[in-house]
Amino acid sequence: MSTLAIEVHGLTKKYKNLAALSKATFSVPQGSICGFVGPNGAGKTTTIRMLLGLISPSEGSAKVLGFSVTEPEKYLSHVGAMIEGPAFYPALSGAENLRVLATLGDFPQDRVDQLIDLVGLKGRGKDKYKTYSLGMKQRLGIAAALLPNPKLLILDEPTNGLDPEGIQEIRDLIKKLASEGTTVFVSSHLLSEIEIISEYLVMLRKGEVVFAGPIEELLLNQKPTIIVRTERPEDLEKIAEIARAAGHPAVIRHGEAHIEGPHEWAATLNRAAFDAGIVLSLLNPTLPNLEETFFEMTGGL
Amino acid sequence: MFKVFFAEWRKLRRPTLFLGTFGAALAFTALITSVTFLLIDSEMGNGDRGTTIGRETLVLANGSVFGFQSVGGLLGIIALCVFAAQTAQEYTYGTLRNLLVRQPRRLVLMFGKFAAMKTFALLLILSSAIFSIGISVALSGGAEVSTAQWFTSDGWSEIGKALLNVYISVVLFALIGIILGLLLRSPISSISIGVIWILIVESIIGLVKPSTLDWLPGNQLSTIAMGGSPDLSYTHALTLGSIYVAVGLVISLTLFARRDVAN
Repeated sequence: MSTLAIEVHGLTKKYKNLAALSKATFSVPQGSICGFVGPNGAGKTTTIRMLLGLISPSEGSAKVLGFSVTEPEKYLSHVGAMIEGPAFYPALSGAENLRVLATLGDFPQDRVDQLIDLVGLKGRGKDKYKTYSLGMKQRLGIAAALLPNPKLLILDEPTNGLDPEGIQEIRDLIKKLASEGTTVFVSSHLLSEIEIISEYLVMLRKGEVVFAGPIEELLLNQKPTIIVRTERPEDLEKIAEIARAAGHPAVIRHGEAHIEGPHEWAATLNRAAFDAGIVLSLLNPTLPNLEETFFEMTGGL
Repeated sequence: MFKVFFAEWRKLRRPTLFLGTFGAALAFTALITSVTFLLIDSEMGNGDRGTTIGRETLVLANGSVFGFQSVGGLLGIIALCVFAAQTAQEYTYGTLRNLLVRQPRRLVLMFGKFAAMKTFALLLILSSAIFSIGISVALSGGAEVSTAQWFTSDGWSEIGKALLNVYISVVLFALIGIILGLLLRSPISSISIGVIWILIVESIIGLVKPSTLDWLPGNQLSTIAMGGSPDLSYTHALTLGSIYVAVGLVISLTLFARRDVAN
């Protein structure tokens, strides 16, 4: 049995001349939580659809739970998925929608009520889906994904529409599932969430994988930054000039100077600022977080 | 395939769909069967397009199912609409992706849906037949139509034949609905194109050039329900209608099996 839940090699999807995904290669270890991030249109949903056998690759190969994506019937009974938000029959109740899928997948019907409770829809399972709020629909989608008691859970934007409490609940649920051995492959625009829960990361940009591996490795490889605020805002430019003169690139954003440089250089900078008569109100040596790294790697802000 | 069948029935049995469809079918059945007996002496006629179905016809062994057979085409159109909508909605709701994750064998999924549709159609025509025969018996006295031959062995045989013919017709109409749903992936487009073609376009073409009715698909399926007509033999209608549906199924299922599910 492979120790990888997902293995992707040179996976490509072309629509006429446009490559939605180009030669993507990455792997996701079993039992891990892997974040899947990228700007809109980067190819995340295309990749997920190929992993679920909904669309066929133009080139390359992929395996899920050790089976090729060209034979989805061999692994999908062990996979739970929510793709591009929840999709259910509006005229059926939440519980009945789950029963349709439980019947189709030959899963125990009593699991429906358990999952309704688990995702926080207790007492609303008999209400029609069309009466649900966005957050409730999202919760039902997660319940549907959990129906098979999956070895691999693929979630596309699972926290969309959820309030902070709901986001916390889903985060805890994902962690609990992973601790029980379920591999979770989760795409999200909430990079802070991904950073908190994920051990692995796959980052896409314009259909190409720009990073795949342990999230710690990505962040440790980023250039350390010193963030500086001054008592008088007009002194920020002087601080940036001091940094540049010492060979450290610096930019001013959101009322702060962001200076690339080793953390030890913060003391030197502090001394130089003092000598120049500048009072610092913040001197924070830091590593870029996932959001900053994401923007840098995907060419965003 | 059984799992698909039972999952599909969870959707088909919802009250708005089930009662709505059966309500419409029974309303048409009551209307057309009643007209056959209540307007038996009307100069405007009591049959399709002003034709007259007289007492000498209604007293025959097949008299009990005249109304039922007359409504067969309409039952078919109801089935077309229901199954075009049911199929196309899987695309518009985005639920097809859920179904395919749980049943990735696409043809198995469709054949399970066909099986559920056939059961639904069977219940539809059985209820319509019972209702129509009941109304016929109830109105036969007032219309002075003897029912002596209706429930003889010949009469039951005619009832059986009528049930079979209307069932085949309704199933073929429903399959056309599914084909349109798979090809067009939009409930409104599937229903409107199917209904406009069968009720309007074929009628206009048939009026302009009556000989084309021998080849138009909707007319073949309606003729199957009637057990044949003076202008079109049952065998011809059954063969040609089945060929049309078979070709449509091959094309739509091939596309369904191969096409990316991107919504």
